[in-house]
Amino acid sequence: MTIVGKTKSSPGFVRSRWLLTGVLGIYFIYTFLPLIYVITASTKTNPDLFTSFGLWFSSDFHLWQNLSDLFTIQNGIFLQWLWNTFYYALVSGLGSAVFATFAGYAFAKYDFFGKKFLFALVLGAVMIPQTALVIPIFLLLSKIGLLNTPLAVILPSLVFPPGVFLMRAYVDEAVSNEIIDAGRVDGAGEFHIFSSLAFRMLMPGVTTVFILSFVASWNNYFLPLVVLNSTEHFPVTVGLAQWYASAVSGSGGSLLFTVVMAGALVSILPVIIAFLIMQRFWQGGLGAGGVKA
Amino acid sequence: MSETAVQRRPRRRIIVNKRIAPYVFLAPFVLLFVVFLIVPLIYAFDLSVFKSALVGGTRFVWFDNYKRAFTDANFWAGVGLLLKFGLMQIPVMLGFSLLFALILDSGVVYAKSFFRISFFIPYAVPAVIATLLWGYMYGPAYGPFSQLATAIGWPKPDFFNDNTILPSIANIAVWEYMGYNMIIYFAALQAIPTDHEEASLMDGAGAFIYALRIKLPMIIPTIIVTIIFSIIGTLQLFSEPYLMINLARNVINSHFTPNLYAYTLAFTGQQYNYSAAISFVLGGVVAVISYAFMLAANRGVNK
Repeated sequence: MTIVGKTKSSPGFVRSRWLLTGVLGIYFIYTFLPLIYVITASTKTNPDLFTSFGLWFSSDFHLWQNLSDLFTIQNGIFLQWLWNTFYYALVSGLGSAVFATFAGYAFAKYDFFGKKFLFALVLGAVMIPQTALVIPIFLLLSKIGLLNTPLAVILPSLVFPPGVFLMRAYVDEAVSNEIIDAGRVDGAGEFHIFSSLAFRMLMPGVTTVFILSFVASWNNYFLPLVVLNSTEHFPVTVGLAQWYASAVSGSGGSLLFTVVMAGALVSILPVIIAFLIMQRFWQGGLGAGGVKA
Repeated sequence: MSETAVQRRPRRRIIVNKRIAPYVFLAPFVLLFVVFLIVPLIYAFDLSVFKSALVGGTRFVWFDNYKRAFTDANFWAGVGLLLKFGLMQIPVMLGFSLLFALILDSGVVYAKSFFRISFFIPYAVPAVIATLLWGYMYGPAYGPFSQLATAIGWPKPDFFNDNTILPSIANIAVWEYMGYNMIIYFAALQAIPTDHEEASLMDGAGAFIYALRIKLPMIIPTIIVTIIFSIIGTLQLFSEPYLMINLARNVINSHFTPNLYAYTLAFTGQQYNYSAAISFVLGGVVAVISYAFMLAANRGVNK
């Protein structure tokens, strides 16, 4: 937007600029309250957590001790949880991004029998309550002996319908029909056109779907809660929630309160940092999905 | 490109024709979709028309479980609670999202991209961790709100009683998803071609009113979509109340929300059949409410 110098410095503009910035500033403080809390809480001793003010540090800086407790409790199971979370999210993210790209490409560039019906089915999938799916998945997995294995979390997470809508919209925009037709005229097969012409143009879209699916899997709680029962397979969400429950009910000893906070801090930092680095992709992707939907 | 047409390739490629190609592209996704979505749904439906009893084993009962669900006060109490929750949470959340998107889009604030990114950060925090953090903050012993209240001589706020539990959970949901919806609105607003000349002539307040009058009506379809997704998400509420059970034992019971109810029926009561019926009825409720909202919204837009 080209704002002319004169209007920009007018008192009216400056006043409303400060006013609106102030409105955003208030919400910013609200957004960061829990994050400040988790940072200060993980630097405290457990007694200090109760006696010192929640949104500021206490005199005794206990972060390193809490972190060392976090990574040694129960034979260092927390590190295993972090790795599990990363591994499940990475495999589901990659798999669902690739499959969604294939499917989105088919929906965007071909006419075929049953297209509308199939797309409506994929679209309708978002309305299905989690319990309606996860409970039968639990029963079916137990029948084939996959319960309580990494695959029990990974395989269902490979189905990521929002990725399909997104890729359909993205393919529409990024790959012109002329390019595909030119490839056909040159005698290239449909897969050759896809792999050597289209896929490269789709990379930003694929990355976006990967990030969204990765985050969805990273944040998932209900599925792993139901299909896993041994602690060594837990992702961080299920593990920390279990520690939290035992801390609240007092059965795990009061030490756990600050350790749970340290665990929360360690588990959200990598994702927040990754988000900051890759913001170009998720912003574009959410935008495309929202505008097209 | 044209070279390939002239020179024959030494190796023959698998040339798949246009008719078959889409099915091949779709195959992996559709296969997984069928195995992990359609089959479980059919299986759940199959479960829902049977009943297992200690005496007589499992038998086919037609729609008995559905009849029971339709008259189950626990289930409908959960649905009613979520409707109340949604009416409280969705307008606040989307109202903020829209307001901030309009402010950011009108370009009259300092540090635009700083705010845009900051507001989105909670989306990167898993719902479980967000609930945990707010659960700590709400705490009567070490929560900063209670500490502040005590410091200035007020009674400690109680975030976990009958009247406050819904706002307490709603706050977590607003915190989590406001930024996500804001980004969607912001992108929709940015996609509208603007008359640069016209906008540039306006001062700050003028630009904001311009956004409200001219731009807001143009993103109504996007707003409708976000409302529908919020309705669907609200009716599926599970993690937040489930994790807060220990904090609010007297208020959050095992049928607090329909998903919590279905979960409890299945995993503490082993009533898989009835649990499946509850899930299906919930799915029906979600579809009916979303569809009704869509109809109402379309009528409103076309008027």
